[in-house]
Amino acid sequence: MRPYIREKKNFTFDDVPENTSFEAGYLTTVNSGWRSIRPVINSGKCVGCEQCYLYCPDGVISIDNGKAVIDYDFCKGCGICAKICKIGAIEMEAERK
Amino acid sequence: MKKFLSGNEAFAEGIRLARPQVISAYPITPQTIVVERLSEMVEDGSLKAEYVHVESEHSAMSCAIGASAAGARAFTATSSQGLLYMAECLYYASGGRFPIVMMNADRSTALPWNIYGDQRDSLSQLDSGWIQAYAENAQEALDLALMSYKIAENKDVSTPYMANLDGFVLTHTYETVDIPEREQADRFLPPYETDNRIDLENPKNMAFSAGPDTNYIFKFKEHEGVLAARKVINETEKEFAEIFGRKYTGLIENYLTDDADYVIVTLGSIAGLCRETADKLREQGIKAGVVRIRYMRPFPNDEIADVLRNVKAYAVLEKDISFGNEGTVFTNVNSALKKSGINAKGYNFIGGLGGRNISASDIEQIYSDIANGTEIVNFIGIGGGNNG
Amino acid sequence: MANKTAESISRDEFFYGHKACAGCGGSLAVRAALKVLGPNVVSVLPAGCMSAVGFNFPQLCFSNNSIISTFAGTASMLTGVEAGLRARGYKDFTAVGFAGDGGTADIGIQALSGAIDRNDNIIYICYDNEAYMNTGIQKSGLTPFGAKTTTTPAGKNIHGNIRPKKNMFEIAAAHDIPYAATASIGNLPDFIKKVQKASQIQGTKYIHVIAPCPTGWGVAPDETVAIAKEVVESGLWYLAEYENGNFKLNYKPKEFSSVEAYLKKQGRFKHLADEDIKLIEASRDKKWEYINKNFEL
Repeated sequence: MRPYIREKKNFTFDDVPENTSFEAGYLTTVNSGWRSIRPVINSGKCVGCEQCYLYCPDGVISIDNGKAVIDYDFCKGCGICAKICKIGAIEMEAERK
Repeated sequence: MKKFLSGNEAFAEGIRLARPQVISAYPITPQTIVVERLSEMVEDGSLKAEYVHVESEHSAMSCAIGASAAGARAFTATSSQGLLYMAECLYYASGGRFPIVMMNADRSTALPWNIYGDQRDSLSQLDSGWIQAYAENAQEALDLALMSYKIAENKDVSTPYMANLDGFVLTHTYETVDIPEREQADRFLPPYETDNRIDLENPKNMAFSAGPDTNYIFKFKEHEGVLAARKVINETEKEFAEIFGRKYTGLIENYLTDDADYVIVTLGSIAGLCRETADKLREQGIKAGVVRIRYMRPFPNDEIADVLRNVKAYAVLEKDISFGNEGTVFTNVNSALKKSGINAKGYNFIGGLGGRNISASDIEQIYSDIANGTEIVNFIGIGGGNNG
Repeated sequence: MANKTAESISRDEFFYGHKACAGCGGSLAVRAALKVLGPNVVSVLPAGCMSAVGFNFPQLCFSNNSIISTFAGTASMLTGVEAGLRARGYKDFTAVGFAGDGGTADIGIQALSGAIDRNDNIIYICYDNEAYMNTGIQKSGLTPFGAKTTTTPAGKNIHGNIRPKKNMFEIAAAHDIPYAATASIGNLPDFIKKVQKASQIQGTKYIHVIAPCPTGWGVAPDETVAIAKEVVESGLWYLAEYENGNFKLNYKPKEFSSVEAYLKKQGRFKHLADEDIKLIEASRDKKWEYINKNFEL
């Protein structure tokens, strides 16, 4: 479970709630545009130690079949994962625009 | 059951009947008796509530907001500097549409320091988005306490409610009060139900930011909520009368106004003396009347226009001054008349600041002044403090 | 390859899609703590970075119940939420607050003190990035000596902030709070263990976690975790707990790493003269003298 992107809509008068309470974890925009560099996992090297998963401030890394996987919709390219990876399984690469 | 109670005690009795689930309490004169009585009720088990000894008024309201956001019925009470200290939280509670009830013991604001009653504290917060009621006597105070939650929690209203009692004059004055039966009170006021709350099954994000694209819509809806209270107050009072037999008159209470030439518009406990004076003047053939404003928000625009439509002159008597202008109630009343195209001559009388006595002869003088013409803005006992 | 810490917390993400700066230490602290506390956590966040980046309707980034409080009212709103849910018959929930250094040590300290005094059953986590970062890096009561902020400029006459950090950990402990701890996002296993421990204790819990702000500290976004480790290694921050009336040190560096190296990596300390650095070292040594004397190891 995690907050996820909802169908795009304009919040008209009637869509705006009567009070300041709304469904939790309701996302309408991604953060991918923030990146100038992106982390790339070298699956051959990755041993699934989960250090990158643990220290990612945005929580965009999960472990799938023992390997780190990145949700590029929300990765901001901070590079903490590449730095924390002791075995060098994450490289920061220039974002292709 | 009839009991001899002060305004504060009567209000506490009303709150006991309303069954708040969380009470955040911080003492300030002249409100203290309310929070003292409530603590005793919690101690003796006659009121089942979480009683939180907060360390300030800001925390009192912040705690009440948290409790209301958890879906609980919340109560607090304050006065004067305490109300001003929690001001930020007032706007927060109304913006979040949390139907908290608060009693405010109307008291002067420093400087100079003064613990006695005037209405500068609550009237300074008219724009905070709260419903504002002004009680005249202890019975009305108790009844407002019970009605307040029903009005505030109404789905169309969802707005916090401030019940104002004149400091000392009402909070500390004893009179015989009829306390409703518990069963009747429960029939009148069901438990609080809302979707505007933390929900462990369907989590919510609350009290969020809203940018320019939607912010004004939230504010419009907040405004609509306060306006909706106009109708709900009337409905609630009707139901109240059916169950408890006591009738109230909505946003304003009129006295001898049908054929009146000269009317004093006022609020709070001074209204009684105004009515006595009107009676006396009637005996002398002067057509005097009194309008007591019971609710400053929502403001009784139409009601005031209707009642003052045919008067020769009116006075607004208030324990308030908006420095550099005039009394705030006067401004509000004039706006109501202007919108209805009424051009009656209006005068403002500022009195009772810092608890200064307003005498029967002061009130007689007001009727005489507005009949003969005087300065627009007058400080009773000093003279003109003219606005322009 | 099993990671014991990762295994001990929820796989769910509760704080996601937020607009914090890249490499934000505060968001990492919030994310980690929520993964410890699980779906029945109710979080209260005052006006500040984490609420500004996480609650912009309709972009709402907490999947658990979360609410913004007034700046001064984190602890008092927590109290109300906890009391309100309890009054409504709920038992299985945790009320947690996340406030920054300004929201905790300055404007929110009164409400926090009140909550600890009442021993309300809440967890209060201060994510300390050592200045008012949300408003543009102004000095707070937890800005360290010598730091340049936008209200403590580094000039010829004054070298940044002239006052040391308030000691919030020991201020909380002085209330005889059931549990208080310090932590660093540079050591998540330690922080996570402390949040776990706090969640098992009845009464008020206070955790003070150093959470560097790359923007305000003047370090690269990928340095956040490393600099949060180094502040502990250099002895300028320490990992400790207060429980049952006793202070306990959780980690003692064999040898302190260089204070100068730690400071000079950061834009906010670049201006410091040798004398300033000597003063910082001396105050560190004095603090450790106290710790060695009074804290259990």
